[in-house]
Amino acid sequence: MPYQYSKPEIQRPVSNTFIILSALAALFLNGLPWEGIGLMLRPDFVALVILYWCTHKPLRVGIGLSWAVGILADVADASLFGQHALAYTLLAFGGVVLHRRLQMFDLRQQTIQVFWIFALTYAVYALVNWQANGYVVWLYFLGCITSTLLWIPLSIMLQAMQQKRVDNNHP
Amino acid sequence: MIDGTQSFRFFNRGPSPVARLVFFAVLSLLLLFVDARYRYLESTRSALSVLVSPIQQLATLPGALWQQASDFFVTQSMQRDLIKQNEDLKLRHESDAAQLLLLQALQLENQQLRNLNGLPIRDEFTSQLAEIIYAERDVFKRKVLINKGANAELRVGQVVMDDIGIVGQITRVYPWLSEVTLITEKDHAVPVQVLRNGLRTIVFGAGNTSQLSLRYMPTSADIQDDDVLVTSGIDGIYPPGIPVAKVVKIERDPAYPFAHVTCLPLAGVDKHRNLLILSSLPKLPERPDEKSAAAEANNRVKARKNN
Repeated sequence: MPYQYSKPEIQRPVSNTFIILSALAALFLNGLPWEGIGLMLRPDFVALVILYWCTHKPLRVGIGLSWAVGILADVADASLFGQHALAYTLLAFGGVVLHRRLQMFDLRQQTIQVFWIFALTYAVYALVNWQANGYVVWLYFLGCITSTLLWIPLSIMLQAMQQKRVDNNHP
Repeated sequence: MIDGTQSFRFFNRGPSPVARLVFFAVLSLLLLFVDARYRYLESTRSALSVLVSPIQQLATLPGALWQQASDFFVTQSMQRDLIKQNEDLKLRHESDAAQLLLLQALQLENQQLRNLNGLPIRDEFTSQLAEIIYAERDVFKRKVLINKGANAELRVGQVVMDDIGIVGQITRVYPWLSEVTLITEKDHAVPVQVLRNGLRTIVFGAGNTSQLSLRYMPTSADIQDDDVLVTSGIDGIYPPGIPVAKVVKIERDPAYPFAHVTCLPLAGVDKHRNLLILSSLPKLPERPDEKSAAAEANNRVKARKNN
């Protein structure tokens, strides 16, 4: 198996500001006026960012923080209190527990693993909605696929933004 | 003693992931239960919305910029269209003005007739304009957020309409925003009358489509395609006589006691940006409690027997 992903680079410590800014940016992207089929296809940026941080910095971003972000998402989406929070709690748990395994894989293999975590998250959200309102919109699960497709670009982007100042001393 | 199978923890990192998962999942479920059943958390929600609303406002900027840009290009490129549109609007305004005069005359006449008959005068209502900031944020919901909230003295239960008919009702008020539940939201009910024959009924939202349906209409009910439903004003929430929906399909299956009637909303429930919010109507007298009314009736019967 090719072992391409974790290049032996020592990563710089991530600043708290960067983590918070990425979460806010995700909330912003989720808040853009998506409509109709665009809304169905909308990837859950917040879930993506949470999962990224939970798998890469599990000691910094964990279940508690994800829950808090979920509560904010509940307020933003006017959904039931705890609906996003519950889904993101499970998402973060998946990320924290599987983070060692995920880092063993390259990005392509990670995508498959990540899909099931997203599927679980979306299923929990839909289940709560089904319990509360009595119906499920099946097209909603399309968002799970688009979120998974965004995993590779997002990982590369966040990785690149962290490693801005790597080789300062060796021009 | 440390055995080989158990890894030694050098650093104390707090409770294990499983413990945290259980704690936060139970907390979420508790919140869900409290929010869905009792709605105790509205004040917390509006407090937290202060944190979130800057991001929400920011997220509407691209849309607003896009609209401004397209407006700019429209004014640049389609002047002839605009002139024509202006003329059309002027014509429409004139015909509307004539109709308005007629309406005022009718209103006056109606008032006089009502005075003669000793009926109370119909309530006047004022309205204020608001703009939609967010369309349906959630796939499962038919709700929009508008740019006025407690700062414009909006209250829960006020009716929202556009220039054609009813759009929805305010269901939650934040400091600077309010949430409007559209009439197409699942189980949202509006008491209506069929304009053609005055048949009273209630129209419900269908939820996952932009449709409405009439439930519990007997198969023999006098209802036809293209019938217009207007608010009956019976519950004291919606002012009477405002168009709500139009019947598009009726299925009368003799196997079921009720006809399946599908309607489409008349107002641009999914279309416009600007909405009118009606001031709430004066309260109707309390509906008598059924139990106490029954008890009173019983007492009266007993009293009569005793006599």
